[in-house]
Amino acid sequence: MRELVTGDFIWLLFAARWTLGLTVVAIVGGSLIGVIIMVLRVVPLAPARAVAIAYINVFQGTPVLGQLLIIFFGIPILTGANVSPWAAAIVSFSLYAGAYLGEIWRGSVQAIPKTQWEASASIGLSTMEQLRYVIVPQAFRISIPPTIGFWVHLVKDTSLASILGFIELTRAAQIMNAATFRPMTVFLTIASIYFVICFVLTRLSARLEGRLRVAR
Amino acid sequence: MIDAGSTAFFSAIGACLDPQIIWLLVSSVPGGLWVSAIPEATQRISGHLGLRVDYTFRFRDVWRHQDLLLEGAVLTLQLSGSAIVFGVLIGVLGAGMKTSQFRQLRWIVEVYVEVIRNTPLLVQLFIVFFGLPSLGIKLDAITAALITLSINLGAYLVEIIRAGVEAIAKSQIEAGLSLGMSRLQLFRYVILFPAVKIIYPAAASQFVLLLIASSVASLVGAVDLFHAGAFIESRTFRSLEAYLVITAIYLVMALFFRAAFAGIYHVVFVRR
Repeated sequence: MRELVTGDFIWLLFAARWTLGLTVVAIVGGSLIGVIIMVLRVVPLAPARAVAIAYINVFQGTPVLGQLLIIFFGIPILTGANVSPWAAAIVSFSLYAGAYLGEIWRGSVQAIPKTQWEASASIGLSTMEQLRYVIVPQAFRISIPPTIGFWVHLVKDTSLASILGFIELTRAAQIMNAATFRPMTVFLTIASIYFVICFVLTRLSARLEGRLRVAR
Repeated sequence: MIDAGSTAFFSAIGACLDPQIIWLLVSSVPGGLWVSAIPEATQRISGHLGLRVDYTFRFRDVWRHQDLLLEGAVLTLQLSGSAIVFGVLIGVLGAGMKTSQFRQLRWIVEVYVEVIRNTPLLVQLFIVFFGLPSLGIKLDAITAALITLSINLGAYLVEIIRAGVEAIAKSQIEAGLSLGMSRLQLFRYVILFPAVKIIYPAAASQFVLLLIASSVASLVGAVDLFHAGAFIESRTFRSLEAYLVITAIYLVMALFFRAAFAGIYHVVFVRR
C-alpha cells in the first residue's frame, strides 16, 4: 500500500481519454447501425420492421453487462477469432447505441407532420428530394437534443466496460484504489471527471433544445 | 426453498434448450430445416475465412443450477421493487421541494438531480459500498445497492413528477374550486389523478430500466440474478451459455413488466 500522490490524479485524468475514446467510437459505430435500424423501422415491409423491433427490444431490455460478456465470450466461440476487451467493448457499445439512436431518429422523422410530405410532393419533388430538402433537415434539428442526451448515457455506461478488464476511467480507479486504499478520494475524483464530461453535454443539449423551441 | 413444481418447470425449459431437441423442434416445422442449417453455414463461412470453429452449446450445465437462477431472479425483483418504493418517495419529496418557496431547498434538489444524472450508477455504487466504510459507515452489498438504486431512481423521478404536476393548468384548479369541490376532492380528482396519468408512462419505463440496471449490484457481490450467472460460469466454464441464459431472463422480465405496466395504464386510465 502506498500514498496517493499528485501524479495519481493526473494518471486518472488521462485514463478518461479511454472513456472518451470508447464513447466516440461507439457513437460512430452506433450511428451507422442506428441509420440501418431507423430505415428498417419505417419501411413499409412487415418483416423488416419486426427485425428492427426485435433488435431494439433485445438491446434496450437486457443489461449492458450481459451484452458485453456475451460479445466478449461469444465472438471467439462463434468465429474462432480472438477479441481484445477493447474490441469487444467497441462492438458491444456500438450495437447498444444503434438500438437507442435508431429509435430516437425514427421518432424525429415521424415527428414531421404528414402535411410536409404532402406539400413537398405537391410541388413536384421526388421521394428522395422530399427527404433531402424537406424532411431530413427538419428531423435533424429535432433529433439533436435527444441524441446528445443519449451520448451522456453512453459516457456513463462505458464505466461497465471495466468488467472486461478494459482500462477506462472506472477500471483505472479500481486499480488505483487497490494500490492506495483510498476509495472515497479515488471514486469521488472519477465521479467528478464523469460529471464534468456529462454536465457539459447535458447543458449543450438543454441549450440546443431551448434554441430549437424558439426557432419553431 | 424451491418447490417441486417450479423445479419441474425449469427442467422442462432446460430440456427444451437442449440443442438436439431444438433441432428436432425446428426441423419439424415447414422451412425449419433452413433455420437449423444456420450453425452449419456459420461454421462453413468461418472455415473459409481460415477460422476453426468446433463448439457445442451445452445449456444443460447451466440449467442444472436452476435453483440459483430462481433465487437470483427473486433477489433482483426484491431489490428493484424496494428501490422503486424508496425512489418514488425520494422523487415525490424532491418534486415537492423543487416547488418550495425557499431558494435553498430548490437549490439542494437541483444539485442532487444534476450530480446523480451526470455520473455513472456503477461509480455511485462504488462510493456507497467502498467509500462510506472509510467514514465509518459499513453496509452489506444488498443494502448498498438498494441505497444507490433508490437515490439514482429518485433523481430521474424528481423531474418526471415535477413536469407532471406542472402540466395541470391553474385554470383546472380554479374550475374545480368554482364547482364547489372540497380541497380533498380537488386534490383527488383535479390534481392527483391527471398528474399520475401524465407521470405514469415515463415513470414506468424508468422502473423497467432500473430492473435491468440493478445488475450492477452483482459487481459489489450482491447475489442477484447476474451474480448467479457469474457463479455458474465459474462452476461450469460455460461462459457464453451462462450469460446467454441470464441475459435472456432479464429480457423476459423486462418485456413482461413493460407489458404489465402498459396493461395497468390501459385499465386504470384509458377505460374510464
